[in-house]
Amino acid sequence: MTTDISPAAPSATPPPSAEAEPDREPNLLQDILSGSWLVSVLAIVVALLLGGVLIAVSNAEVVAAAANIVAAPGMFFSTLFSTVGEAYSALFRGAIFDWDARTTERAIRPLTESLVSGTPLILTGLGIALAFRSGLFNIGGQGQVILGATIAGFLGYALHLPPVVHMLIAAIGGIIGGAIWAGIAGVLKARTGANEVIVTIMLNSIAGYLLGYLLKQSWFTHTDSANPQSRSLDDSAQMFLLLPSPFRLHFGFIIAILATIFVWWLLERSTIGFEFKAVGANPHAARTAGISVSKVTILVMIVAGALAGLGGAAQVLGTEYKLTGGISGSIGFDAITVALLGRSKPLGTFFAGLLFGAFKAGGYLMQSQTGTPIDIVLVVQSVIVLLIAAPPLVRSIFRLPTPVLKRKEA
Amino acid sequence: MIIQWFHKFGGGLCAPIDASAGREQLEKRVNVKKLVSAVSMVAASALVLSACGSGDSGDSNAEDFLGCMVSDSGGWDDQSFNQSGKEGLENAVKNLGIEEKDAESQGDADFKPNVDNMIQAGCNLTFGVGFLLEDAIQEAAEANTDLNFALIDSTFSDADGKPVTLDNAKPLVFNTAEAAYLAGYVAAATSESGKVGTFGGIQIPSVTIFMDGFADGVKKFNEENKKNVKLLGWNKEKQDGSFSGDFENQGQGQALTKQLISQGADVVMPVAGPVGLGAAAAAKEAKDVKLVWVDSDGYESTEYGDIILTSVVKQIANAVEDTVAEAQKDNFSSEPYVGTLENEGVGLAPYHDFDDKVPEDVKKKVEELKKQIIDGSLTVESESTPK
Repeated sequence: MTTDISPAAPSATPPPSAEAEPDREPNLLQDILSGSWLVSVLAIVVALLLGGVLIAVSNAEVVAAAANIVAAPGMFFSTLFSTVGEAYSALFRGAIFDWDARTTERAIRPLTESLVSGTPLILTGLGIALAFRSGLFNIGGQGQVILGATIAGFLGYALHLPPVVHMLIAAIGGIIGGAIWAGIAGVLKARTGANEVIVTIMLNSIAGYLLGYLLKQSWFTHTDSANPQSRSLDDSAQMFLLLPSPFRLHFGFIIAILATIFVWWLLERSTIGFEFKAVGANPHAARTAGISVSKVTILVMIVAGALAGLGGAAQVLGTEYKLTGGISGSIGFDAITVALLGRSKPLGTFFAGLLFGAFKAGGYLMQSQTGTPIDIVLVVQSVIVLLIAAPPLVRSIFRLPTPVLKRKEA
Repeated sequence: MIIQWFHKFGGGLCAPIDASAGREQLEKRVNVKKLVSAVSMVAASALVLSACGSGDSGDSNAEDFLGCMVSDSGGWDDQSFNQSGKEGLENAVKNLGIEEKDAESQGDADFKPNVDNMIQAGCNLTFGVGFLLEDAIQEAAEANTDLNFALIDSTFSDADGKPVTLDNAKPLVFNTAEAAYLAGYVAAATSESGKVGTFGGIQIPSVTIFMDGFADGVKKFNEENKKNVKLLGWNKEKQDGSFSGDFENQGQGQALTKQLISQGADVVMPVAGPVGLGAAAAAKEAKDVKLVWVDSDGYESTEYGDIILTSVVKQIANAVEDTVAEAQKDNFSSEPYVGTLENEGVGLAPYHDFDDKVPEDVKKKVEELKKQIIDGSLTVESESTPK
């Protein structure tokens, strides 16, 4: 997949081609999405290097060695490298393969844990990416995840159905929950022109407080516990495990793969997907071509919300098995990063979701074994976003040619 | 579950592998890579770094005692139970010579992996902080009967919320209502406006138990002195009151406290961890408003000592250290630890700057009430009392 649908070039140099709209405003989103995969990779490398600096600075031994740098420079560098190396090696062992583990099962479990952490990120990221491709900033992933998790979770313990059927019904409930929540923003945008960024952010807060309220109502939580948490799901509603018990990899990962294929099909092969992209590329032209922009806006948000809601459902049905106020964690926001890193392409989002899942899984081990603050992982992730949102910065760090030149050469 | 044959497959793989050989190979492969161009050099060195580091998990001496703790999303600097719990663990390192590991959770999805990592690290005793970790600790305790666990500020329960006991997991809970009762009495006695206030972070038992005790203390003062000091922000009968919504937003704490003050309250007890700092800022701004701090002695732990009348102290750190000591001596019992006035697990902090402003007869009365609670002639009741 190439950057076929984003004809916009960086604002500084308007494309010389005849199709270019003279009145086109510089579009930040398109600028971000048109960056090459190389920028993504380099952003990750820079972020990891910067993370290494922070790991070193936050380590007391390195700081102590730095004070003695003149007397014993070798000492400083060996401490520096062993500290940073240990932290990143723990990150790797927690995310991919743990060669220090006691059993083979334990050694390969980290990879499956990365997939587990990546699953909701992929699903929600696809929702965000789809909206990005259609020119909509869906910042409401968090609210859509919460609604999806809330409805899926509730159906998971309130109903009592046979296995698989129960799980599917709960998951569909999650899809509907997310779709409704994003649909509200879509309708408001299409009918009244309300800015979707603001509406979706506000809906995030409303969703959070709605869940907080529901968790205090005993008719909702189905438990006598005075703590704000729900009853545990029925076994029949849990997404079944793909591997036996010490592993947590569940059916949700298969759903994430299917969803990735679905979004690819939708965007690349279906008529409605073409309309989505057309509106994203240029709403005026799309309207002139006879596409109903408001219909597309509503539909995009509904599909995006459905994907995010499925992400929330996967979280509650697949790993948590219980509703709590913090069920969504920061999935909705991490998913924005995932979609950006994946250039809003389905496959790119899939791999970006896996990478962030790996960061998450690796972070647990890095923190518990080397005492490296978990915030380092957050910083690395944030730096990745920062660099991706500013492709010229990465290009100037590595003296890469601008994409326009590259395209001319090609 | 469904794919049964995976059991066979997984079981067959369960043999210890030679880890060091694998690492050597990896290093060799990476060394070759080191020769290439600048960009891949960066990538390669990142790989070298990750390959040559050594984990410290296997090195620990079998006799060493490893105590571990997993926080909830509040983190170690929450000025509340996470911080107190960590303090206890650090004291145990200092005083009992144990090793420690700790992990901060950033969200609810982190609890299980963090607890699991502690088990993998070989922790003899793993603490979870807060009721949100109940499931993670309970699951881990059931799966690892050879290791010990403890849960701070919550008991264990089944799906219906009925209490359960586990053989290798100890709940550490605190009957803070007893100490809050005394604080309520002092607050009512020193209020000049005849109104005192309180608010919580989130309506959970470990918060409302403070408010219940406080309410009863105010009531006791009114009964004994034929006064009518009003409590704002909490209705014990209806179990309903003011809550800031989380344990983070200090601005919300400030707004709620301003409201309470504008309604006439001149003693306020915020039960909301760091949100209480917002309350302190609002109280400082207003004239002659005093604060009752909770969890730790606010005179020492905050910079608002001059407006803190007293504090309802919860000795989490001591309870943690004691539990570690027990486990270290192979004396671990899953019997719940309930902090009370009697065992000094909860208590009322000194009045500090307000020592000469609290009337002698009130001080005497508080001591008397404390004795009555300890000897059982007076019981402080709360729906949230740990059972």
